[in-house]
Amino acid sequence: MKAPDFDYHRPETLAEALDLLARHGEDAAIIAGGQSLLALLNFRLAAPERLIDIGRLTDLKSLSEDHGHIEIGGLLRHCDLQASPLIARELPLLHKAIGHIAHPAVRHRGTIGGSLAMADPAAELGACCLALDGEFLLVSLQNRRWVAAADFFLGVYQTALRADEILAAVRLPKRRPGSIGIFDEIARRRGDFAMAGLALAAQTGDGGLSDVRLALLGVADRPILAGKTMAFLEGRPINEARIDEAAALIAGEIDPPEDPAYPPAYRRHLTGVLLRRALLELCS
Amino acid sequence: MSIGAEVPRDRAKRLLVGRGRYVDDISLPRMLHLAFVRSPYAHARIDAIDTSRAMALPGVVAVFTAADLDGAVSSWRAAHKLFPTMAAPEQGVLARDVVRWQGEAVAAVAAESRALAEDGAEQVAVEWHELTPVLDGNQALAPGAPVLHRDMTDNLAYETKITAGDVDAAFAGAAHVAEEHFRFHRHSGISLEPRGIIADFEPSESRLTVHQSHQTPHQQQDLYARLLGLPEHKVRVICPDVGGAFGLKHHLMADELTACVAAKLLARPVKYIADRLESFLSDIHCRDHEVHARMAFSREGEILGLHVDDLFNAGAYGQYPRTSIAEGNQISRLTGAPYRHENYRADLRMAFLNKSILGHIRSVGHPIACAVAERLIDLGAAHLGLDAIEVRRRNYLDDDDFPRTSTGGVEFEYLSLNPCLDKALEIIDVAQFRQEQAEARAKGVYRGIGVATFVELTAIGPEYYGEGGQHISAQETCLLRLEGSGTLRCYTGATDQGQGIDTGIQQVVADVLGLPLGDVEVISGDSALCPVGGGSWGSRGAALAGEAAMRAATTLRRNILSIAASLLQKNAAGLTIEQGVVVDTASGTTHMAVSEIARIGHFQPYSIPEGVAADLTVVERYATRDRMFLAGNGLQIAIVEVDVDSGIVMPLRHLVVHDCGRILNPLLVREQVRGGVVQGIGAALYEELRYDPDGHLLTGSFADYLVPMAGEMPDIEVAHIESPTKTSELGAKGAGEAGTAGAVGAILNAVNDAISPFDASIAEVPITPPRLLRALGRF
Ligand SMILES: Cc1cc2nc3c(=O)[nH]c(=O)nc-3n(C[C@H](O)[C@H](O)[C@H](O)COP(=O)(O)OP(=O)(O)OC[C@H]3O[C@@H](n4cnc5c(N)ncnc54)[C@H](O)[C@@H]3O)c2cc1C
Repeated sequence: MKAPDFDYHRPETLAEALDLLARHGEDAAIIAGGQSLLALLNFRLAAPERLIDIGRLTDLKSLSEDHGHIEIGGLLRHCDLQASPLIARELPLLHKAIGHIAHPAVRHRGTIGGSLAMADPAAELGACCLALDGEFLLVSLQNRRWVAAADFFLGVYQTALRADEILAAVRLPKRRPGSIGIFDEIARRRGDFAMAGLALAAQTGDGGLSDVRLALLGVADRPILAGKTMAFLEGRPINEARIDEAAALIAGEIDPPEDPAYPPAYRRHLTGVLLRRALLELCS
Repeated sequence: MSIGAEVPRDRAKRLLVGRGRYVDDISLPRMLHLAFVRSPYAHARIDAIDTSRAMALPGVVAVFTAADLDGAVSSWRAAHKLFPTMAAPEQGVLARDVVRWQGEAVAAVAAESRALAEDGAEQVAVEWHELTPVLDGNQALAPGAPVLHRDMTDNLAYETKITAGDVDAAFAGAAHVAEEHFRFHRHSGISLEPRGIIADFEPSESRLTVHQSHQTPHQQQDLYARLLGLPEHKVRVICPDVGGAFGLKHHLMADELTACVAAKLLARPVKYIADRLESFLSDIHCRDHEVHARMAFSREGEILGLHVDDLFNAGAYGQYPRTSIAEGNQISRLTGAPYRHENYRADLRMAFLNKSILGHIRSVGHPIACAVAERLIDLGAAHLGLDAIEVRRRNYLDDDDFPRTSTGGVEFEYLSLNPCLDKALEIIDVAQFRQEQAEARAKGVYRGIGVATFVELTAIGPEYYGEGGQHISAQETCLLRLEGSGTLRCYTGATDQGQGIDTGIQQVVADVLGLPLGDVEVISGDSALCPVGGGSWGSRGAALAGEAAMRAATTLRRNILSIAASLLQKNAAGLTIEQGVVVDTASGTTHMAVSEIARIGHFQPYSIPEGVAADLTVVERYATRDRMFLAGNGLQIAIVEVDVDSGIVMPLRHLVVHDCGRILNPLLVREQVRGGVVQGIGAALYEELRYDPDGHLLTGSFADYLVPMAGEMPDIEVAHIESPTKTSELGAKGAGEAGTAGAVGAILNAVNDAISPFDASIAEVPITPPRLLRALGRF
C-alpha cells in the first residue's frame, strides 16, 4: 500500500496552478486535503503522473457574503466552516451537516472543494449544496463557469469538472425569514459515512411548506433530489397522516444500488425513517 | 507489598511519548523490502508465472516464486497428535500450483524500498485458471464439492463427538426444549501494529537474526531453525515493542518465513511489514461457526441435557504449528460448562474452505460456547415463565461440586459462580432496571439487559502441545541477576504485547525480594538472552511466568539472607528484607543494604565462607502438572438500547464480575478485561470479514471492516472476586480472555431482551442493523 511514483508541484498562485493543469490536466491530480486522494493513491486505484498541491492558493481560502449569498472558497476546510459564526448564522443546514463529517482529524484537513470534487454519493456537503440550490465556480486557464449543484454530480466519483478545472468557490443562498433547514443521517458509528441521510430546505408559512428542496445522500450514485416527495410536500400543511404518506412515497421513489452490507430495501426503509423524523421535528 | 498494588506500567509512559520501538522503526544497513504478489482469486490454478518484467525494474533485487525457493526451506503440515485423525495438508512458503484463498502469496519481490517492491509485484504476470471456490462449510461438505487438497477425498478436516450421560432420554423426558440455530461470522483480532519482520542472515557465521512483532520468540527460533536447516543456537528472534497481538502473532506465517528465506538467499536484511489490506486478507481469522444447539429443561428450570452441533468453517489450511482445532474443541468442551448438567453431547465438523487460515484469536472458542448456552437459558426461562437469573443460579456448579470434571471434559479446581452473581446483583439493580425498561418502552424506547456467565481457560499446561508434538514451551523459567549495585535484572520467557505483564512480574520479584519496584527491570522478548519460555498467549503470563518469577525471587532472597547471616553472624531465619535493606524480623533493626551484599558478593566473594549459598544469579522454573488449564470464571451484564427504526444497537452499560485468582495488579487486570469486552462488543455488533459469492473479501479496509470505537463504547465496570488457585504459590490465574469470552453472549441476550415486545429474536452475530431489522420484520 505505497503510492506509485509521481512528480509533485506546489504552485503559489491560482494562475500558476491553472497553467500547470492546462499543461498536464489528464495526467495530473489536484491534491487539497488529501483525505480521499491519498487512500486512492496508496491502494493504487489512482496513479497520476503528477500531483498539483493547491494548499498554498490563498485565493481559494476566502469566505464572503453579499446581501443574498455566502461564497465559500474551495480550499476552506470542514473545520473552518464548522467554526465560522457566519456559516452558523446564515447556513444553519450546512453547519449542522458538517458535524457529521468524519472525525476532527479528518475535518482539519479535508476541504469543501475536495469533498465536492470527490463526489462520494454519501458525502454530506454535496447533498447540502443540492438542497440549498448552490452553485460551484469552476475555473480553468481559459474559462470561468458557474455550475448548479444539480448539474454538477454525474455519478459515483463523477462530476462536471474538466481535467483542467479547479473548483474555486461554492455559492449558497443565505437563509431567509421563515426558512428552515434540517439535516439528519444514520451512520453505523459516529463519523462514518452515512447509510442514508437527508437535507431538507424549505420556506414555512401558513399554508405549510413551500420551495421545498429535499436532497438525499447515500441512496443513489450521487446526491439526489426526491422530486415526487418534494411535490407532495409543497404547499400543504403537515400532519401525521401526511407524514406516513410522505415516508412511504420517498421509500418508493428511490432506488438505492445493490450493496451486500446494506441492501437497497434497508436504505429505502432508513430514508423513510429519516423523513418521518424530519417532518415530526417540523411539526413540534 | 507490591503484589496487588495498582502500579502503572513504565512501558506505557514510554509508548505514550512516542518512544516506542516497533519492528518498522528499525532499519538495518543494506536492508531490502519485500512485497508479495497475492492471489486475486479464492481458488485457482497457477499455469505460469513470468517475473522477467518485474526483475527488469530499477530497484528490484530479486523475485521469488515457490520453485525458486525449493531446497532453501521446508514445507510443513499442521498436525496434532491429540487429534490424530485431523487432516494436515502440506503448506509451503509460497503457493506452488494452486492458490486456496484470495490473498495467498504466490511470489515475493525484494527491492530497495517497499514502494519499488510493490511496483515490481504489479509487473509479475501470472497465468491463472480459475477453479470453483468453496466458501462455507455446508457447501464444502456437500457431496460433489470441489476438494481443496490433493491428498484428501473431501474437505472434512476433522470430525468428533463428545458424549456424557444419556442425552436422548434427557430430551425425551424434558418439560421444555429450547432450541436455536446460531451463526457466528468470521472476524479477526485487529492489532494496531500489523505483523512485521526483519530477517538478517550473516553467511560467514551462518547466523539468522530476526526482529519480529511476535508473541513467542522461542517458538519462532525453533521453527526458523528447523525449516531453514540452521542450528538452533544460530537463530535469534527478538521481539521489540509489539503493538497488540491477540493471537495473530503466535504462528508461523508463510510471508514472514519468506522474508527469512529471502534474507538467507540474498545475504541482506529483508523487511516485510503487512499493510492493512494484507492483514485483512492473510492474517489468522477467527470464529466462523454455525451452531445448532438444544437445551432440555425440567418444569422448574433444571438443565436436563444439552446438545451442541458445531459446523466449524475453518480456513484453507490449519494454522502452524498449533493447528486450528482448538476453537472447535473449546466450543465442544465448554458450552454449558458453568452448569450442573449430566447429559451432554457435542458434535463437531471442521471444514477446509477457500478463505484465509482461521485459528486462535483471543478467547478461542469461548465467546461462542458462552453465547450459545446463555441464549438457550434465556429462551428456556422465558418459555417456562421463570426468571432467567434464578435459572442460572439453580443450575450453577456450587462450592461443594468442586473439584469437578465437566461433562465436556474440562477440569475445574473451583469456580466462584454464585459469589460473582451475588456481587453483580449488588452493583446492578435488576428490578429497578425492569421498571425503567417498562417506562422507556411506553415511550417507544427499547432497552434490554443481558446476562452471561463464562468460564475462562487459561495458562495452558504442557500436556496440550507436549502431547500434540509441538515444540511450544509450557514451562516458564525466570533468571534473576543481582547487579553489583544491588539493583536487579529479571529475564523472563513471557513477552509483553501491551498487556503489561512485565510490570506484573516486576511486582512479584520486588515483593518477594523486598526491593523497591524501581530497582527491578524486566527483560523479555529475546530468544538468545531470555530463558526458554512460551511467550504470551492463552493468558499464561501471570500464572506461569509469575510463578517462575516468584520461585526465582524466593531462591535469590534465600541467598541474599544467607550471605547476610554469615556476614552478620546471625541466623538467616531471623532476617528479612525491607525496601532493599536486610532487617531483623523481630525487632526491625536495620542491618545492611542489599547493595552492600551485592557489592561483597560480586567483588569481595572471599568474605563469604565456603558452603554458603551465595549465587546472585539464579534460575528457577515452573510448569503445571497434570492439568490442561487453570480455569477462571465470571459474569457479564450488558444493558443496551435498540433503535427499532434503524436497527442500531447502543451499549449503555457493561459490568464484568471476574475471578482470576490472585491479582498481581488491579489496574492491569481491569484494562485487560475492558479491552476484552470492547473486542467482544466488536464481535457482537461490528466486526465481520465479508466475502462476495466468488470468495473475494469485501472488507479490506477500516471503512468496511468496522471496529468498535470509543464513541460507541459504554463505561465498562469491573469488579472482582479473588479465589486463588491452590496449584501454585502465587495463586494467579489468567485474565486475558474474560472480557471477550462473555461480551458476545451478554450483548446477544440484551438485544433479544430489548426486542422481546415484538416477539422477535436474533441469533446471528455481528448483529448488524439490517440483520436486526430483518429479525423485526421491518423491511
Ligand atoms: C476516515 C475518513 C472518514 C471520512 N468520513 C467522511 C464522511 O463521513 N463524510 C464525508 O463527506 N467525507 C468523509 N471523508 C472524506 C473527507 O470529507 C475528505 O475531506 C473529502 O472527501 C476530500 O477532501 P480533501 O480536501 O481531502 O480532498 P483530496 O483528497 O485532496 O482530493 C479529493 C479529490 O478531489 C480533487 N480535488 C480536491 N480539491 C479540488 C478542487 N478544489 N478542485 C477540483 N478538484 C479537487 C482531487 O484531485 C481528488 O480527486 C472521510 C475521510 C476519511 C479519511
